[in-house]
Amino acid sequence: MYLKSAYDIRDKYLRKDMLPTIFCPGCGIGSALQYTLRAIDDLGLNPDEIVWVSGIGCSSRVPGFVNFDGLHTTHGRALAFATGIKLANPDLKIIAFMGDGDAAAIGGNHFIHAIRRNLDVTVILINNFTYGMTGGQVAPTALKGLRGTTAPYGQFENPFDIADLAVSAGANYVARWSVFNYLQGINSIKKALQKEGFTLVEFLSPCPISFGRRNRMKTAPELLRWYQKITVPLAKAKKMSPEELEGKIVIGEFVDRDRPGLVREYEAYKKRAKKMMGWEE
Amino acid sequence: MRYPFPVGKSDFIQGDEAIARAAILAGCRFYAGYPITPASEIFEAMALYMPLVDGVSIQMEDELASMAAIIGASWAGAKAMTATSGPGFSLMQENIGYAIMTETPVVVVDVQRGGPSTGQPTLGAQGDIMQAIWGTHGDHMLIVLSPSTVQEAFDFTVRAFNLAERYRTPVVLLTDAEIAHMRERVYIPNPDEIEVVERKLPANEEEAKLPFGDPHGDGVPPMPIFGRGYRTYVTGLTHDEYGRPKTVDAEIHERLIRRIFNKILSHKDEIISYEKFMLDDAEIAIISTGIVSRSGVRAVKILREKGIKAGLLKLNTIWPFDFDMIEELAEQVEKIYVPEMNLGQLYHLVKEGANGKAEVELIPKIGGEVHTPMEIVERVVG
Repeated sequence: MYLKSAYDIRDKYLRKDMLPTIFCPGCGIGSALQYTLRAIDDLGLNPDEIVWVSGIGCSSRVPGFVNFDGLHTTHGRALAFATGIKLANPDLKIIAFMGDGDAAAIGGNHFIHAIRRNLDVTVILINNFTYGMTGGQVAPTALKGLRGTTAPYGQFENPFDIADLAVSAGANYVARWSVFNYLQGINSIKKALQKEGFTLVEFLSPCPISFGRRNRMKTAPELLRWYQKITVPLAKAKKMSPEELEGKIVIGEFVDRDRPGLVREYEAYKKRAKKMMGWEE
Repeated sequence: MRYPFPVGKSDFIQGDEAIARAAILAGCRFYAGYPITPASEIFEAMALYMPLVDGVSIQMEDELASMAAIIGASWAGAKAMTATSGPGFSLMQENIGYAIMTETPVVVVDVQRGGPSTGQPTLGAQGDIMQAIWGTHGDHMLIVLSPSTVQEAFDFTVRAFNLAERYRTPVVLLTDAEIAHMRERVYIPNPDEIEVVERKLPANEEEAKLPFGDPHGDGVPPMPIFGRGYRTYVTGLTHDEYGRPKTVDAEIHERLIRRIFNKILSHKDEIISYEKFMLDDAEIAIISTGIVSRSGVRAVKILREKGIKAGLLKLNTIWPFDFDMIEELAEQVEKIYVPEMNLGQLYHLVKEGANGKAEVELIPKIGGEVHTPMEIVERVVG
């Protein structure tokens, strides 16, 4: 794959008057954003037909930095707003940029129901195991024992496996990578953007300032090495026992299917309604 | 355009049904909701009609999502509505605040029921007046309408959409369980008989770049719809005229919030609506809203028969509130009675408006029944 320079991508898609970003040194959000923009660029999608939505948190500030229509909403509710946008104008392609707390905690209900409906949206989910913007509180994705300011002695709850949850709830496409898997990441986003229905690309993303610092990984390279240690490719994971997988995170492409999306279902429903009322043959 | 209900003639329908039909005639093409008594029939009617008029009706996972979805739909260009009752209305408050801050035209129907909490699901109350006005946090301004008949439920719903689009703001149609479930004769007009206001769109690139500016000097910025190439960024954070977050600049925050206030307050003469019944020579005024106004009208007639010069002020708009008009009335009359189905909400507004010029007395009633006319009469007669 030929990669354009990052400057080209920046100049083409970012709002100059909004820079610099709010992101801390070592943060992975910029990488995930770059992959998303590269995917859009590679596919030649028309920015006028794409709307970015987000909830609250660091990753949710992304729609402000890109030169597209964007809706920066309330905490956890990006997908509920997206449902309205998409159904009111099905011609729009929707990218939801979300964090792990945003999607899986406060937005958990919206998340599973958007997937159940197979809402036509591509979710780029930044998973850094923490609430970065509010200063490092523990997230529902945090593995047991990880520390946050609200779990100073180490997380005692079980974590959500977001990708697993999305597959079970019925998503059409689900992949998870760390932000260091850039080629896989870009390819997954490209796939996701071309599919109808609910598509999710989850990125394990370093947060040295709020998360790493409290977990003895103060820099992005330290987090990179940790991701290398805890991530297991899907093919390899299939050969491992549950004990061996304890504390590990599986990465890869989990599902790729073509169930009809919400827009198509609603169009069919409208036709059915008119037929049942005798308005149309 | 074909309608799934008769137009240009009268029909005998419930308030909830009237609201749904009015919404469709006002141009509503997106409805998102969550079932709740006594508002569910609005949703059920929308579910029946929307697919037939190429609109969308969707049952969301909760009220927070319903409110979010209609805001999204509005930015995608649709006129959008949701309906709920007190407990659901509480859940919507977060995103009602978002709609105010982002100046999104939407209509929210709240069919009031007894509260607090889940309270009396099947019985009426007027306990959401303060919630409708002040439910969300921060300094904010929105419009609240209150019908007292099924016909008004229809008419005010059309008006709610028109005001929402005209002022780029959420409008609450605050109604009563009694009206929602009562059947009355309602005239459903032909589409060409009703005035339908469309939102102001940017006239050029220059205006489109200022989605939160004031290019026309009326405080209402044209709304750039998503997908039309304007590249608009919308945030609930304090933002400048371009939509850029500016969260620590006091001046920008003040300018934005004051404009959101003033675009409504400076047009309050167009927005505020009330009806006066036998008030011209009145020495006693009854001020009420919604279903209680109907007992109020009868009470005034009985009082007049008794030789007491009573009159009624029925508030069609609850917010913004015409404090000056109440003060003028207070200067004219000796005493003002406020019958309402709660322990005192409208009362506080009236008392503030009266400004000590007349005594204001609350006639509260809770538990699920409307005041009888005699209950009001007896309090006045003493």
